[in-house]
Order: sequence, then C-alpha cells, then structure tokens
Amino acid sequence: MNFTKKMMTAALALAASAAHSADLEVTHWWTSGGEAKAAAAFAKAVTEGTDHTWVDGAIAGSGGTARPIIISRILGGDPMAATQLNHGRQAEELIEAGLMTDLTELAEAEGWADFVNPTALLDSCTLDGRVYCVPVNIHSAQWLWLSHDAFESAGLDVPSNWNEFVAAAPALQEKGIVPLAMGQQGWQQNIAFAALTIAVVGVDTWRQVTVEKNADVAAGPEYAKVFEAVVDARKLAEDSNVQDWNLATNMVITGKAGGQIMGDWAQGEFAIAEQVAGEDYTCLPGMGLNEVIDTGGDAFYFPVVDDLEVKAAQLEMASILISKEAQVAFNLAKGSLPVRGDIDLSTANDCMQKGLKILADGGVLPSGDQNLSADTQTQIEDLMAEFWASDMTAEDAQGRYASIVADAD
Amino acid sequence: MTLPAPSRTHQKTKRPAQLFRNLNAKFASIPMILTALVVFVGGTTWTVVHSFTKSRLLPKLDFVGFDQYERLWSSNRWMTSVENLLIYGVCSLVLTMTIGFTLAALLDRKIRFEGVFRTIFLYPFALSFVVTGLAWQWILNPDFGVQNVVRGWGWTGFAFDPLNNPDIVIFGILIAGLWQGTGFVMVIMLAGLRGIDEDIWKAARVDGIGVVKTYVKVIIPMMRPVFVTALVIIASGIIKLYDLVVAQTNGGPGISSEVPAKYVINYMFRAQNLGQGFAASTMMLLSVIIILVPWAYLEFGGKKRG
Repeated sequence: MNFTKKMMTAALALAASAAHSADLEVTHWWTSGGEAKAAAAFAKAVTEGTDHTWVDGAIAGSGGTARPIIISRILGGDPMAATQLNHGRQAEELIEAGLMTDLTELAEAEGWADFVNPTALLDSCTLDGRVYCVPVNIHSAQWLWLSHDAFESAGLDVPSNWNEFVAAAPALQEKGIVPLAMGQQGWQQNIAFAALTIAVVGVDTWRQVTVEKNADVAAGPEYAKVFEAVVDARKLAEDSNVQDWNLATNMVITGKAGGQIMGDWAQGEFAIAEQVAGEDYTCLPGMGLNEVIDTGGDAFYFPVVDDLEVKAAQLEMASILISKEAQVAFNLAKGSLPVRGDIDLSTANDCMQKGLKILADGGVLPSGDQNLSADTQTQIEDLMAEFWASDMTAEDAQGRYASIVADAD
Repeated sequence: MTLPAPSRTHQKTKRPAQLFRNLNAKFASIPMILTALVVFVGGTTWTVVHSFTKSRLLPKLDFVGFDQYERLWSSNRWMTSVENLLIYGVCSLVLTMTIGFTLAALLDRKIRFEGVFRTIFLYPFALSFVVTGLAWQWILNPDFGVQNVVRGWGWTGFAFDPLNNPDIVIFGILIAGLWQGTGFVMVIMLAGLRGIDEDIWKAARVDGIGVVKTYVKVIIPMMRPVFVTALVIIASGIIKLYDLVVAQTNGGPGISSEVPAKYVINYMFRAQNLGQGFAASTMMLLSVIIILVPWAYLEFGGKKRG
C-alpha cells in the first residue's frame, strides 16, 4: 500500500513537472536586426507567461529558404512545436493532410473572431470552418518610399503620388540620382508590379484578375496600361544594380535614389539609419493614388506532435501570441501592424499611423499569398524577373501574364 | 562477330557453378545491390511516375498525362535554362579538357617547381562552388573587381561586366567553373601521362617525331581511359550545375543565367509544385540517358570485339 502510494506520488510529480516545462522549438525566419528583436519579444512573452521554454530555431535567409526546410521537417516526421509561415495558401496542403493542429476550440473560447481585424486574417487561417493558425501581424506591400534628400538636391518638392514621382524623374536623373531603386529579384519586381497595378487600374479591376482570376480582364485594355506603367518604371530603375531589397532601401536612405516601391518592412531600415518619417523620408501607402494596403503577414502554425505535454503547451503558446501585451511588444519592434483592432499603438511612428488609419477605414485587400498559390506566384515572379531585366515589350508581358492567370488555380 | 558466339556457349556450360561461386562476396554485396535498386531505380521510377500527376506540395497519384511536360516546354524560364546548360556544357567540356591537358603536358615536361605549380592549379578545386561563386561575383563586379582595377590603371573606357549583361552572363559563370574545375582535370591527365612508358618517348625520339606530334598521335590515343574518366567527371558536374549559379548570380539578371537544376529545386520547393519539378528532373535524366546510352554501347559493347 505504502509502496503503491509512493509510486503514484512519484508518477504524479513526474507528470506535473513535465507538463510545466515543455521545450517548444519555434522555427521562423526573422533574422534581420528589427525582426530578431521582435522574435525576442515573443520569446519573452512565452517564457514569462507560461512555464515552457521557447527554443529559438531561426533559419537564416528569407522565407524562400526557410519554408522548404520547415515543410520538409513537418513532412519528414520531425515536426517542431510551432512555426512561422505566411498565412494564406502556403500551408493549405499540410492542413488537408492533417499535419497541423486544429485551434478552433481555443479560438472560439477566446473569441478571436471578435477582435481580429481585419477579419480576412482569420479567414485565411481557416479551412473548412476550422482554425489552424494564429495571425500575428499585418504586412502590406503597397508602399512608395521617397528620399527627401534626393528631391531637395534636385530642387523639387517631395512628390505626393506616383504620377508626380514619374514627372519629377528627369530632374533627378540630371543630378545623377537613380529615380527608382529596384532590387533585381523577381519577388521585389512583383511587389512593384502589384503596387503599380492597384495604383493604375484601381481595386475593382485588380480584384477581378487576382481574386477571381479573370484572364480576359488581364489581357484587356485596362491591364495594358499597367504594363505600360511598368515599362516606364523599368526605365526609371535602369541604373539600379543592387540585388537585395535592403540595399535598394539604402540607396533611398543615402539619397542616391529618389524612391523605392517596397513593403512596410522597409521602415525598419529607415529606423536603424535613425531617419524620421516625414522629415527624412516620406511613405506613400498605395503609391499615393489608391490608399489601400493588403493584409499579408505572418502567422504561427502548430504542427501535430505526439507528445501530449507539447500539445498542451502549443495551445498555451497560441493564446499568448495573440494576447494584447505580446501583440504590442512584437509589432512595435517589427514595425508591422497588429492583428487586433482593440489595442493602443499611439507610440507608433508616422508611417505606422498611416497604415493603422487605412486599416481602421477598411481600405484592405487580401494579399498575394492569400489569393494565389505558391506555384502561380513563382510563375509571375519569373515573368517579372525577365520583364524588368530585359527589353520585353508590354504586349508580350501582358500576354504571358494573362496565360498564367488563365491557368491559375 | 564470330568471337562472341563461342564465348557465350562457354558461359552457358559454366553458369550453374558461377551462381554459387564467391558466395561470400555475393552475400556481402546484397546491401549495395538493394540500395541501388531501391534508392536509385526505385526513386527514379517513383519520380518519373509522379511527373505525370498534378502533385503540388504533397505527392499524389492524380494523373494528368503530359500536362506538366507541356507546361515545362512552353515555359520561357525552362527554355533559357536548357539553352544556358548547352552553352555552358559544350564550352566547359571543350575548354576544361583542352586547358587541363595542356597544363598537364606542360607540367610533364619535367619543369622545375612542378609540385608548386600543381598545388596552385589544384587549389581552386578545394573550394566549394559556393565560395567560388561568391569570389567570382566580387571579381566580376564592375564596381570593385577587374573592371574597376583596369579603369584605375587609366583605361577609363574599359568595360567588363559579364554578370550584369544578360547576353553574356553565362560566360561569367563559365569562367568561375573553369577556374574551379580545370586543376582537377589537369591532375587526372598528369597521372595518365605519368602512366605512359618512358620507352614510348624514347622510340618517338629515335624516329624523329616532334613533341607535339607525339602527344597528338601517340600519347592521347593511349590515354583514352583517362579521357573517359575526365569526361564523366566533367559531364556529371555540368548536369548538376546549381550552387555556382545560385552563389554567383542567383539566375539573374532577370532569368538569363537560370539552369535546369535550379528550375527543379525552385518548382519542387519554392513553388510547391512537385509535379512540375519532377517533370523537369525527368527531362534532365532523359538528356543524360540520350547521351549516355550510345556512348555506353560504343564503350562497353566494343569490349567484346576486343
């Protein structure tokens, strides 16, 4: 009797201690200065808010490098406790194959649907009515970043939209300034293309092509204007020889280039260079023409694991990541917008405030990742890489774009 | 054609005994045979079968016929990749062989400090393709590298920026590839040259044949096995060309330095379209087979006659 009791106590103690301290390996690709700080904010929230340990599994390189590693680990039967992915269609098949933990009960208990803003974020975490991921931030890609230095040295006012920017370009070129900084990589050129599309044809036409995949519109006269605009932009970016986006941003920071079309993560670079929004640089969401932003961003997925302790810890972690405190700490460090509409971010800078205002007004679009499969995205990026680097005509590019849209799934 | 027939009958009478001869050795090689069958043949078959499906992130047996191949061959990026590989392949094969053999022949002339030169020429081979690619990316960068140095010497009009010019970027990669691989081929050739009997040289000298002529007419034909070895090593390096491109240009500018292996990797993992990636890798395999089968037939089919 005594022995049995002892055994039971020991077993209980063992179980309890295990439940209290699971090691949670978290993979993500937040490795640049600002990003690492943001990841640390999450790690701190998890370590302090629960008894579990955040084991950092940062993978250097961008999402393109990290995603295959993450996915092959999950497929290969060596899942991590939690992983960053972009919400949208990247994990669709993993969910269908039953490899991701269902978070629906937690989401319902905490009422995520009531405070996640915009609701599209939660929708893209949802498949067949079940929730599989925690959205943690919003990143948008429709921003034009302008260098005050560059325009001042050419004796011009800082433009307030894309059309003024194009008009001002010759004066910049005379001063030896590259009007448009552009990293020579397909995804960056695709961002510029997408931003120009929304600026030129407006949201409704964009929606017909990107969301409804209407190839006739993509081949039509309205989209022809988009490709003409890209040809113009290509001329402005002719002398930009850099590869990486942050090097292109650096050209804007140092006044060697007039502007850059890049997502809101470029803000981190300006912040590190200690530049002030509105004084040293200007940001124009939606290129200053159509003030809308998309709602791409990051989310955490929790692969299905066998370990019951880790399973319980995963839910605790999910709840921490979306909590008010963690959201504020994380997004201030990262320069992204929070996924909750009910928190106060008055300490955010000028550009973030612009983003928050657009978000509050509802000027939001689903992001590329939410609309297009990785396959279609890659095809478009390949096309854009070729289009921007060669002298391909606008008609050619449009024809090929339309056929990609026609085949999109 | 008369010779093989008797040898075959000869084999027939011996066959039952042969099956059980060297039983230990045969038993020991079972794991290797299984690996070859399961991993190589099995894996290849699996890949080819799945290239006819519309597998995306996960392999699924959802057959779509030749759709993946149609899309592959209508893709600009694939066409550019194939074209680049052809240019790179032909140039790399011819130049590596020529330069490798010339260097080896020069070293074989019993020069002083042979060991030093051999080390210098072989050294690049100790570097990975990634390091080679990065180093040559800097050397060929117009702002820091060769162009800048020559301009610094006074030729301000000098232009040499292959990596930024879509028309010649593949030659920029070729330079790096040659720099890395030639030394190794040279060492193989040198070993082959050292295997040539001194008496051949003496005989050639007695007959009054010039050095170059001796090399071309006598030595090179004698070195056939060495050339075949070098050829296989170079050819396999060409087909799997990937890391050098990734490190040096990452396929740019635009898509002008893409190669097939990079297409396969990108579509399998980044685009999450296994079917498309498998179709591309099957085409790579097919091209190897098309080159390899006639060659193997000539090489090994000919042995029987000799």
